[in-house]
Amino acid sequence: MRLINLVTASALALAAASMPASAKTFKWANDGDVSSMDPFARNETFLLTFMSNIYEPLVRRDRNLKLEPALAVKWGQASPTVWRFDLRPGVKFSDGSPFTADDAVFSLTRANSQGSNMTGYFVSVKEIRKAGDLAVEVETKYPDPLLDQKFAALGMMSKAWAEKNNAQQSADLTKMQENFATRNAMGTGPFVLSGREPDVRTTLKPNAGWWDKPEHNLTEVIFSRVANDATRVAALLSGEIDMIYTVPPQDTERLKNAATTKVLEGPETRVVYLGFDHLRPELLHSNVKGKNPFKDKRVREAFYRAIDVESIRTKVMRGQATPVALMVAPGINGYAKELDVRPKYDPALSRKLLAEAGYPEGFEVQMDCPNDRYVNDEKICQAVVAMLARINIRVFLLAQTRTRYFAQILGPAYNTSFFMLGWSPAATYDTHNPFEQLIQSRPERGKGLFNVGGYSNKAFDALADKIEVETDKAKRDAMIKEAHRLYRDDFAYIPLHQQALVWAMKRNVDLVQPADNSFPLRFVNLK
Amino acid sequence: MIAFVIRRLLQSIVVMLTVAFVAFFLFNFVGDPINNMVGQDTSMADRERLRQDLGLNDPFPVRFATFVGNALQGKFGVSYRMAEPVGRLIASRLPATLELSLMAASFALLVGIPMGVYTGLYPKRLSSRFFLTISLIGISLPTFLIGILLILVFAVLLGVLPSFGRGDVVKLGWWSTGFLTASGWKAVVLPAITLGLFQMTLIMRLVRSEMLEVMRTDYIKFARARGLTDRAVHFGHALKNTLVPVITITGLQLGAIIAFAIVTETVFQWPGMGLLFLQSVQFADIPVMATYLILIAFFFVVINLIVDLLYYVVDPRLRIDVQIRAN
Repeated sequence: MRLINLVTASALALAAASMPASAKTFKWANDGDVSSMDPFARNETFLLTFMSNIYEPLVRRDRNLKLEPALAVKWGQASPTVWRFDLRPGVKFSDGSPFTADDAVFSLTRANSQGSNMTGYFVSVKEIRKAGDLAVEVETKYPDPLLDQKFAALGMMSKAWAEKNNAQQSADLTKMQENFATRNAMGTGPFVLSGREPDVRTTLKPNAGWWDKPEHNLTEVIFSRVANDATRVAALLSGEIDMIYTVPPQDTERLKNAATTKVLEGPETRVVYLGFDHLRPELLHSNVKGKNPFKDKRVREAFYRAIDVESIRTKVMRGQATPVALMVAPGINGYAKELDVRPKYDPALSRKLLAEAGYPEGFEVQMDCPNDRYVNDEKICQAVVAMLARINIRVFLLAQTRTRYFAQILGPAYNTSFFMLGWSPAATYDTHNPFEQLIQSRPERGKGLFNVGGYSNKAFDALADKIEVETDKAKRDAMIKEAHRLYRDDFAYIPLHQQALVWAMKRNVDLVQPADNSFPLRFVNLK
Repeated sequence: MIAFVIRRLLQSIVVMLTVAFVAFFLFNFVGDPINNMVGQDTSMADRERLRQDLGLNDPFPVRFATFVGNALQGKFGVSYRMAEPVGRLIASRLPATLELSLMAASFALLVGIPMGVYTGLYPKRLSSRFFLTISLIGISLPTFLIGILLILVFAVLLGVLPSFGRGDVVKLGWWSTGFLTASGWKAVVLPAITLGLFQMTLIMRLVRSEMLEVMRTDYIKFARARGLTDRAVHFGHALKNTLVPVITITGLQLGAIIAFAIVTETVFQWPGMGLLFLQSVQFADIPVMATYLILIAFFFVVINLIVDLLYYVVDPRLRIDVQIRAN
């Protein structure tokens, strides 16, 4: 009997020991590469979220983008201008050294210094200081209710590691220097970097000493860059890759119907919209001389009502879009569902409005559009051109590659009459970000940096300034709604839609798709 | 002979300077890299400062002179996109492109010449017509389409070859080679065929027409009259005399293979210089683009030089000319 027990026990032990041996290697591909291993090298969603698998923030986002404790267990405003973060005890970096307040202060300071691309997150910050071995305080110049939201993007590095490798600052391109942290990484996160060939392949292994309980069951992650759309899809279909994202719209149906693959779709937090030149006395690119037709609200309303977003959604986007009426989308703090109602599509009314405004025969205007930035951007603009033709607006479309496009339409030139842009408040996940960047008057106090059309509304400006520093949530939400009404009823912009996030994967892959287009590996499971 | 080589190398410097000049002139039109380099929340002042620090606001002659000055010292700058030194970036991609080009050129020669000889000797056979029809595909289909078709058949439908990448590579010093692993050999098959197909058909058609011509000449008839074997006539006498134009074309095409590997590398995500260049264009990564173009110009010059030297080996008349002049 005892012998049998022994045999059973050893059989069980063997089975248990052999369990992890079934290697779960997860291979995925994207059209772009992580441009650096430095978590502050570029302020772009792809890099920030990829690196958060290795470098964790003080507070992280859960699957619904809500903040939850990560390296800080408790945080809040100790006074209106002081944020306090209490750090998690017992956390170790993957090299075995402990994570302390010194590392947190070092990382935040590094993120706000020369070479870092994240300095915009520190506009309100006055001082970052240690408040004990496991506590950090951040003093702000004015009450900043969104600081914890911003800090969710900043990964924590090891001070000792950075100093040892001479990487106390991010690589500074203007000095023609390279930096150890550009090619190497060492953090506290669920994964550790095990191989890096820029533009080719980046491999990760699970961090055995991670403080949190892993929800994934992976033993290795291989990320490859496959830039060509058709090749990326072929690699998924042939089984070389388990998951791809940025799925070409024309292949979505096929991947849905294939026996081995499935598709996950959801609206992204980015809003794609059209804008007018509100500022110049005469448009740069139009046949209307001596005045600017877009200063007339009736003309803007006529444009708005002439654009059939439903057709754009079904015909151009093949259903992969969600029309919006606000400059923010669901999932962003301050989105108001009851206000997200578009004025009706009504070309007859548009023609009437144009006639009232003094343009019964319509007019000519140039439209500027990117052709490689948003999903189907150029095709959307072509559809808009055709729709505006129905109300006698003759639009000349200039679609360009992004490097040329943004150089032309962004500041200081703001050289455009009618344009397309997309915006996602990636820094704060809060409505105030597009208010400040897109709608507040420029160039007052550095606001309205991306208010390309120069829209200016004094009432809105005042309201947005109050929203920025209001810490009472109920009051703040009421003001946000009021602000939404102001720009919406003024037809300041024409919001079009949220483009859909489309991810494709093998049927045995189980993962989470957050609406901000981040891809946290800690939720991936292979069956 | 040595004077000839030195003269050609000096000429190559002029060529490279010209290419650099034209390239820099064109870079005025690729757009602004700054907006790709910074996040959307970066202030205009910071953008302007970065533009100033990188020298993008300098007038064209200053930027050109700075680049040439640095390049002469072996400094090619730091990539805007990857934040790595351009020299190292290109050196890390060079082996991939050269190995792919080598395989593509070998494929073109080893398949193209025998097929050309065969169709030239037996122009009326059904199999010859079949080869010629096949070669029409190589000439008429664009590279990316051939690549996608090969991926569809061999990777997706049959599942025997990989659709992208280089497989596992082995480091030999700074050189990374895919020739020492099974997955590396598997990975190179489809891209090499895609890249070499056009050259293969070109070489085949060239050898065929040359063979047709040569076979009608008197010395072939004499050779036959002497009772030489078919093999000696076809390969010893006929083929050898067709090779001068073939070498010229192969040499020029080898440069083209390296330069136009861009499309093939993009389709197969082959981590070579062409892919790097294309990605740099999209980003307006000027230091990488400039260095790549100059390097390609250098390759063309060197390959042409080698072709000129090969003429001496193949064509005895040139050697005699030199000897006569020397005497």
